[in-house]
Amino acid sequence: MAPVVRFRSAVALLGRFPALSGVDLSVEPGEIVLLQGANGAGKTTLLRACAGLVPLVSGDAEVLGCDLRADRRSVRRRVGLLGHTGSLYDDLGAEDNVRFAVRAAGGDAAAVAPALARLGIDGRLRSTAVGRLSTGQRRRVALAALVARSPALWLLDEPHAGLDAAGRDLLDDLVRAAVAGGATVVLASHEADRASALAGRTVTMAGGRVQVRESFHVA
Amino acid sequence: MWHDALLVAGKDLRIEARSRVATNQVAPFALVVLVLFGFALDPDRGVLSRASAGLFWVAVLMSSLLAVQRSFAVEAGDVTGDGLRLSGLDPAGIFLGKAAAVAAQLAALQVVLAAGVVVLYDADLGGPALLLATCAAATVGLAAAGTVYGALAAGLRVRETLLPLLLLPVVAPVLLGATRAWEAAMGLSVDDGWRWAQLLAVFAVVYVTLGVVAFGALLEES
Repeated sequence: MAPVVRFRSAVALLGRFPALSGVDLSVEPGEIVLLQGANGAGKTTLLRACAGLVPLVSGDAEVLGCDLRADRRSVRRRVGLLGHTGSLYDDLGAEDNVRFAVRAAGGDAAAVAPALARLGIDGRLRSTAVGRLSTGQRRRVALAALVARSPALWLLDEPHAGLDAAGRDLLDDLVRAAVAGGATVVLASHEADRASALAGRTVTMAGGRVQVRESFHVA
Repeated sequence: MWHDALLVAGKDLRIEARSRVATNQVAPFALVVLVLFGFALDPDRGVLSRASAGLFWVAVLMSSLLAVQRSFAVEAGDVTGDGLRLSGLDPAGIFLGKAAAVAAQLAALQVVLAAGVVVLYDADLGGPALLLATCAAATVGLAAAGTVYGALAAGLRVRETLLPLLLLPVVAPVLLGATRAWEAAMGLSVDDGWRWAQLLAVFAVVYVTLGVVAFGALLEES
């Protein structure tokens, strides 16, 4: 089976700065891969590149069978990126935000209510403007959008940040459920213990490159 | 494309309905502009009446800047426009949806401003067919050009100050054409107002076409 993510000597520039300076990475279907590294190592840029948001200036990159050098747009409906702000509209309610994300991705709007319920966004919270929610609640709404969209590739940037203990456990359950359902997950996290327990493999980045050594975790 | 356009327009209008920025800030701003013109030209109400078409469209133009800036400021994501890019929506659909939402707000604003020029400037809004045709063509042109240049400026740190600099010279023909057409409709000039309305329609078609074709590239580069 072809890898879900395949980067070969991929280079991406942010301005003139090489945020990715020759990344080699392969992620197989159903894997949970943890990206680790110091601030500025290139983890977020790599996740954004996987989502087709960052143009690559050289090298090869294929995500879900889409050649990112040739066409970065076509992969976007099939990946879900949970960034730092969660791509939410502050003035819309939680339910409206999730419904928009699902309909934009061509998904089934019937998945909205169960996803919100799964993330504990119930009652009045559903119609409350996202800008009025706490950081943790916003994170839950963004996760609900991801769950409702059910993308083939989950790209999670510091997914545990802002969540309480119950929220972190729930996130881990959601990731495992997504993988059990056929999805693949790449996450970047500084919370080594929790994220390592979740991931099947850890990839360390430094200076915009993947370090040669990878560590595999035994489930 | 049309499905995506409806989705984006619905989302943008829902955001405006909930935030009430258009009703609580943009419309009052436009009315304040009218009132200030009234103060400046107060000694001679005849001047105000004769200049009402131009003053109306200057107020619409300035308000359209706010509406366009707002249209892109509400976009979500770690980087401006990320949310739209990640959504996977057709760029042409995004353009049409955002332009339609801006146009709807401008149309509503023009109703308020028209009442304003009648009350404050004692303007006589005759020739309703030409007035409405002018409004329709100018609104589409302003919304389309505004959305194109709004996307161009969206990713820049200086977007708030850059957008007026980019957009105002481009939409100068709209100000000119709409003012001349309204003056003709109001009996203030002997020009053929319909020819000016046709110019506005051409402007609108050009910028709608440009937006549909180029918005994808603009969104990626912003």
